[in-house]
Amino acid sequence: MNLSNELVLARFEQEFPGVVKATETGIDGILAVEIDREQVADVLRKMRDDSVLQFNFLSSLNGMHFPQNEGRELGVVYHLHNWVKNFRMRVKIFFPISNPHVPTLTGVWPTANWMERQEYDFFGIVFDGHPDLRRILNVDDLDVFPMRKEFKMEDGTRTDKDDRFFGRDGHEGRSFD
Amino acid sequence: MANMAEMPEGYAGEGFFATSLSKAVGLARANSLWPLPFATSCCGIEFMATMGSNYDLARFGMERLSFSPRQSDLLMVMGTISKKMGPVLKQVYTQMAEPKWVIAVGACASSGGIFDTYSVLQGIDKVIPVDVYVPGCPPRPEQIIDGIMKIQELVKNEPLRRRYSPEYQHLLEKYQIS
Repeated sequence: MNLSNELVLARFEQEFPGVVKATETGIDGILAVEIDREQVADVLRKMRDDSVLQFNFLSSLNGMHFPQNEGRELGVVYHLHNWVKNFRMRVKIFFPISNPHVPTLTGVWPTANWMERQEYDFFGIVFDGHPDLRRILNVDDLDVFPMRKEFKMEDGTRTDKDDRFFGRDGHEGRSFD
Repeated sequence: MANMAEMPEGYAGEGFFATSLSKAVGLARANSLWPLPFATSCCGIEFMATMGSNYDLARFGMERLSFSPRQSDLLMVMGTISKKMGPVLKQVYTQMAEPKWVIAVGACASSGGIFDTYSVLQGIDKVIPVDVYVPGCPPRPEQIIDGIMKIQELVKNEPLRRRYSPEYQHLLEKYQIS
């Protein structure tokens, strides 16, 4: 039996009642569900082991920063792939920037190791229980989390770059609305 | 004899030629540079064309690329240098023996190029001294050859002892290279 978004949602209701806080379907037709971060490790492990869902592969994992959403500024999206039935879905969590802690998934999918290091590197999201949470792409002594929107994209020592040619007219006062 | 290097200024007579030592050494150095290609992106591809048979950098006495910094005279930096790569580049530069020259090939090596971002070094002259900059994104092999010939001019005309001069020491100090 092939999976569908409806079937997955029904299975969610059956296996994890009350866990789904919101759902949306992207223009790509892929279902995304929002859950609490406290439940993320437990729910995702069960999604992997469930005989119907069988999400055996974590394709990707990425951070988000929405400074205007107070209390849920940071987020993580887990992109899951069921190889058995070739079915994909997303799981999202949001949490306040003042407490950027998320349980690690390295015990569920070892591939999450480097992905979580990357999100730590760029967003400062701390994955509790991660075996080796170091920066992975940026220089080790970087003192910012560059993908957070309070930090400037540009290099501070730039001398010969003209904002107009980089589509950044008057970016100093840019708002994030 | 058409492919001989040009004779430096000097005094020629029947069966002899006299010139200054620094000119003779400059001539020898300029026509036997061993380049170290530090190629990180598309400018490196243009460099490969430059080394290939069409453009043939070997014509300039550069037949032998040196992939060891210890034995090279000319550091050719071709491509984007990220900040994480910066210390590596500096280490390669410090490992080279004097005399040494540096050519920054392409917009990225010269100024960071289109990469107006926190992770990219805004020109390699932020970490090491540069002798010649080649503009372009990427530059054509002709432009790279032009840069090489500029380097050769520098090498030919450099006083033998310039590298011991206070100005040069000061330059290295500025980059915290001793």
